[in-house]
Amino acid sequence: MRLSTKATTLLILAAVIAIAPVFFPSSYYFRVGSLIFVNGLAVTGLVILIGYAGQISLGHAGFAGIGAYSCALAPVHLGLHPALAALLGALLSAAIAYLVGRPILRLKGYYLAVASLGFGILVSMVLSNEAQLTGGPDGMAVPELGLRAVLKAIGLDLSNTEFWYAFSGLMLVIGAWLALNLYHSPTGRALRALHGSEVAARTVGVDVAHYKLVAFVLSAVYASISGSLLALQNKFITPDVAAFMHSIEMVTMTVLGGAGSVLGAILGAAILTTLPQVLTIFQEYEQLMLGLVMMLVMIFMREGLLPSIARRIRGRAE
Amino acid sequence: MPELLQFLLSGITVGAVYALVALGFTIIYNASDVVNFAQGEFVMLGGMITFFAHAAGVPLPLAALIAIIATAAVGVVLNKLAIEPARGAPVVSLIIITIGASIFIRGATQLVFDKQIHRFPAFSGDQPILIGGATILPQSLWVIAGALAVFFCLWLFFTRTLIGRAVLATANNRVAAQLVGINTNYVMTLSFAMSAAIGAFAGVLVTPITLTSYDVGLALALKGFAAAMLGGMGNPKGALVGGLLLGILEAMTAGYISSQYKDAAAFIIILAVLFAMPQGLFGRKSTDRV
Repeated sequence: MRLSTKATTLLILAAVIAIAPVFFPSSYYFRVGSLIFVNGLAVTGLVILIGYAGQISLGHAGFAGIGAYSCALAPVHLGLHPALAALLGALLSAAIAYLVGRPILRLKGYYLAVASLGFGILVSMVLSNEAQLTGGPDGMAVPELGLRAVLKAIGLDLSNTEFWYAFSGLMLVIGAWLALNLYHSPTGRALRALHGSEVAARTVGVDVAHYKLVAFVLSAVYASISGSLLALQNKFITPDVAAFMHSIEMVTMTVLGGAGSVLGAILGAAILTTLPQVLTIFQEYEQLMLGLVMMLVMIFMREGLLPSIARRIRGRAE
Repeated sequence: MPELLQFLLSGITVGAVYALVALGFTIIYNASDVVNFAQGEFVMLGGMITFFAHAAGVPLPLAALIAIIATAAVGVVLNKLAIEPARGAPVVSLIIITIGASIFIRGATQLVFDKQIHRFPAFSGDQPILIGGATILPQSLWVIAGALAVFFCLWLFFTRTLIGRAVLATANNRVAAQLVGINTNYVMTLSFAMSAAIGAFAGVLVTPITLTSYDVGLALALKGFAAAMLGGMGNPKGALVGGLLLGILEAMTAGYISSQYKDAAAFIIILAVLFAMPQGLFGRKSTDRV
């Protein structure tokens, strides 16, 4: 029996998440793991936008910022439970993506890049300047999600790092499952068609503007939830989450591993999340190495790491 | 009224720097269809190398010259090692490559030099000049004059020299340029060298006013990119107008509305312009070939 790519991808992902802790020598590794999953979620959203639909956004950290600050602000000002706050953030991100996406997505290539970049910068600027609301560059506290206490009550006692490892890992698998389903759906086919050629897609009756907007809104929701998870697990948030560099990191992770493949993009997230942790020993060289990795992969493995490696292995097998 | 004049003067000074950065984007974009996000790093290198050469005892003009030549060399290396091997890559890959290059250059600068903020003396003193109730620093005049000189030289280069026309031809149609015997690889190398040199020159001019450190490149690249887009990517006249417009807008916003949101105003205007005129103010209207 041959498993479908969708099932294989999900199996590999779930297995790695479940088995990896066996090899963790300290709780620090759970922390890095959950960071990888949180980034992986944002990156899965970008696979929909960049990999499926072929559109770029240099402002997606803006949506992560909206998600993160919803979790910090809504409980204080609206008295919402943090989980509902995250949901509210996702809805808000979707609404903003819908409004901003309409005009922005008419643009192509570099023009789309600068327009989305402008959006991201606006969000991060508001977050750092409206200090009386957001705490400014100093950031603000985020309330506890509370799910861990519920689990403890039913007899499942996890440490804080273990809980976030498991929870964000679960969210990532769900996110990947939805993205893979989308890939094989009529919407996914329409997105891939407009990636190939917008003109060709239009001639066969694909509403190009509509589908681009769908991809943009979906990827914004992924980024927003990723931001919410980051805020909830750190219990603290600063405007850095919405900074331009974070947007760049997201796009780089996506393209590094392989924008066309969910698993590849998550691998990219894993590499770029781990790299700075490993490089803290060589802190001086961190930027140098990061820049070098970005350039080398894009020059020599244009489809990204995973698809390039997979192709090489397949080529040898034949 | 003096207030308005003051904002206008400081806006033009900053705008001249943005215009130079935007011009760097334009030259490389025309020759290779690449938007080089490492453009801001050239400005940073110009300032940093000049400072350290000057601190080592080299006279300021010579230090500036060394910085400009060294930065031009960095531009050539960037083209040879990163841009040429990636020819034909999609836009997203090219964006990542040049952003990777900018992070790399930043990291290298921090290793070779340091993480401190530096300045070197202004070329002709720091005594402000009074104009109609507003003041301007002599160094600002150097910046504005320097930007105008660069644009004039480039205009001469593109209209009066054979190699300048070869660059224009390559920008227009690479294959056709090759067919008439233009060495397009040489044109690309030249474009990167020119663009890096112009960036470094801007860095030399502006460092006495705005100071420099290893991480000033990113903000400059974003502003220069925005200015180039505002004017219409690939159009030198657009780069000049876009840069000055952006600088003035920023200064006005900082003066009359909020200094915290001066960057926001710039981006809002750019978004508005892009929505109304997706090709920028002076951009060519392009049609898709099917």
